[in-house]
Amino acid sequence: MGASTRPRIQSKALECPNCGGAVQLRGLAHSLNAVCPQCMSVLDVRHEQVRILQKYGSKAAYATPLIPLGTRGKFDGTPFEAIGFQVRRIVVDGTPYEWREYLLFNPFQGFRYLSEYDGHWNYIRTVPGLPAFGGIDGRKAAFWEGDGFKHFQHAQATTVFVLGEFPFQVRNGDTAEVDDYIAPPKVLSSEIVPGEITWSIGDYRTGEEIWKAFQLPGAPPAAAGVYANQPAPAEVKSGFWSALSTAVALEALLFVTLVACMLFMSDKQVLKQNYFFRANTPGEQSFVTPVFELKGRPSNVEVDLDTNLRQNWAYFNMALINEDTGQAWDFGREVSYYSGSDWTEGSSNDSVRVPSVPAGRYYLRVEPEMEATPTSVYTTGPREMTYTVTIRRDVPAYWPLLLAMLLVPLPALFKLTKKTSFESMRWAESDYGSATGGGSDEEE
Amino acid sequence: MRTASNCPQCGAPVEFLFSNAVQTTCPYCNSILVRTDLDLKRVGEVSDIADNSSPIQLRTEGIYRNRAFQVVGRIAYVYEAGSWNEWHLGFQDGSSGWLSDAQLDYAISFAMKEHPRIPPESNVGRGWRMKVREAELMVTTMTKARYGGVEGELPFEYWDKSEMVFADMRSNSRGFATIDYSEDPPLFFMGEAVGFDDLKLRNLREFEGW
Repeated sequence: MGASTRPRIQSKALECPNCGGAVQLRGLAHSLNAVCPQCMSVLDVRHEQVRILQKYGSKAAYATPLIPLGTRGKFDGTPFEAIGFQVRRIVVDGTPYEWREYLLFNPFQGFRYLSEYDGHWNYIRTVPGLPAFGGIDGRKAAFWEGDGFKHFQHAQATTVFVLGEFPFQVRNGDTAEVDDYIAPPKVLSSEIVPGEITWSIGDYRTGEEIWKAFQLPGAPPAAAGVYANQPAPAEVKSGFWSALSTAVALEALLFVTLVACMLFMSDKQVLKQNYFFRANTPGEQSFVTPVFELKGRPSNVEVDLDTNLRQNWAYFNMALINEDTGQAWDFGREVSYYSGSDWTEGSSNDSVRVPSVPAGRYYLRVEPEMEATPTSVYTTGPREMTYTVTIRRDVPAYWPLLLAMLLVPLPALFKLTKKTSFESMRWAESDYGSATGGGSDEEE
Repeated sequence: MRTASNCPQCGAPVEFLFSNAVQTTCPYCNSILVRTDLDLKRVGEVSDIADNSSPIQLRTEGIYRNRAFQVVGRIAYVYEAGSWNEWHLGFQDGSSGWLSDAQLDYAISFAMKEHPRIPPESNVGRGWRMKVREAELMVTTMTKARYGGVEGELPFEYWDKSEMVFADMRSNSRGFATIDYSEDPPLFFMGEAVGFDDLKLRNLREFEGW
C-alpha cells in the first residue's frame, strides 16, 4: 500500500468572501483563522465554506510587519515561516505600550513566536506543562525546569491588529491577562483568557540575530533602554566578576606581602647621632658620620632627620657612601617648620628612603645649610639648630601597601555600580519599579 | 510477528504489522475489520478521516526512551478548535503506546491499568488535582470531542463513537495524562510531552516546499 506514495501536502489559497481577494494559506490544515491581506477581514478558514468573522474598520493597515509574512528564518538550524502577525497593547498608568508578535510555523516542529518591543526580541515557545508558583527573595516567582523566574509585570493585553493566519481564534479587541516572570535571558509568561491558561517561555534575541536568521535587508531598529529579560552585556556582567576576582587576588597578595614585611623585615637602627649647626660659621660645613654596617640582602636604608627648627628652614645635602667601593647615593632634603597661633606649615622632621642598598660598610656624608642673612621674610628664628640623624636598615613600607589595599577594590566597585544601574533600569519598567532593590541581587 | 489475511468485503490482502492488534482498516475498501479467532469480521466503514496536516502517517518509525516503535494505527478526534490525532504505536515487545499530535504539540502516553479511582466526569473540571506515582497532575482542559475516524491497527475495538469527554492533565514538569470518558469505567493514559526531534521520526509525510 506504500504510504510514501501519499501525495505531498500543499499549501492552498482561497477567496475572501468579503472583497474577493486571494488569501494564501501557509499553515495548512492547522489554520483556524486567517486575515484577508486586502480588506483585513478576519475569516474562519476551517471549513470549505469560508466565513467572515470580523470586518476591519479602516482602509489602512494599523501596522506593517518588520518580517514580511511568508519569509522563512532559521532557528537552531530549523526553518520557520512567519505566517501570523499581531500588535498587542497594554496600558500602564494611563500610557499605552505596544508590542508586536509574529507566529512562526514549521510543518514538523509546529509553532513558535517572536515578540518585538522597542527593538528587543524574544524567541518564544509554549511550555508543555504547568510551572510551579513560589517566591524568590520575598517576591512572587514561577519555576520551570529548574529555573526560578521573578515576577516582573502584570497587565491586560489587548489585540489591536492582526494579519496572516493562526491555529487559534483571533479578533481585533481580544483581551488576555498577561504576567511576565523573568530569569534573564529567559522570560516565562502566562496568558489567561476565560477557561484557559497558556504558559510560554521566551529567549532574548537581538535585532541583529533576527535579521540574520531571516536574512532581512538593511538594519534592525535599534534597541532602546533595557528590556525585561535582556541579559546584562558581557562586559557589564563579567566585568564586575572579573574585576572582583582580580581585586580579591590582589588584596590577598598585598596582605601576604604585608604579613611578610612584618615577619621578615629586620627594621634595624644602625646609627643615631646628635649634631649642632650654626649658620655663618666659616669653613667647610660638611662632615661624615661614623661608619656603620649594613647586613643581609640588598634592601632599603632610611635616613631620618629630626630638627628643632621653629619659624625656620634648613637644607641637608646628603650622600650614602660605601666605604669599600666608593659607590654613593646622593640625596637632599629641605626641612622647614613655621607656625602661628592657629596654623602650622611643614614639619621639623623628615626622612629619606634609599632603596636596594647592598650589604657592606657605609657612612653618611651630611652638609647642612641655613639662611645666612640676619633677618629675612622667610625666617625669624635663630640661625642655628640641633638635629638628630637616625639611620635604619630594612624598613617595611606599610603606607604604599595600605594605600594599594584601599585602591584595589575601586574598579570592582565601579563595575558593580554599572551592573546595579543596568539592573535598576531593567526593573524600572516592572510593577516593582519604584519598590526597593530588586536588581542588585540578580546573580546566577 | 506479521500475519496476513483477506478482507471479507473486497478480498484484498490485509496485513497486520502489530501482533496484538484487535482491529484494522482495509486500505482498499475502507472497511473496519475486527479480528476473531478464525478470520476478520467487517463491522463498519471508515468515513473520511480528518486531514489535519500531521507529518506522521502509518508506518512512521521512531524511538522513545531507547525503545523503537512503529506507527500502526490512528484515531482522529474533532473538537471545537480543530482536530487532533492519537497515533497508535506498536513497540517491538508487543506493547502499545500513543503519540498524540495536537496542532503539532506532541505527547507520548500509555494506558494505565492501575491508577487511583477516577471520579465521574461531573466531578472533574479545570484545576482538579490527582496524584499518580509521585506526579502531581492538574486538569488544564476539559475537551468535548467527536470521533473523527480511525485508520490502521488498534489494540481494541474502536469505531463509530459519538460525543465524548477528555480531561487533559499536566504536571509541574513535562508530565501529561488524559482521562478518556468514552468508556465506563474511564480509561486513564499517562506519559509526557515530547519534542518532535526527541522521537527521531522516519518515514514522515512530505510537504511541498519544505
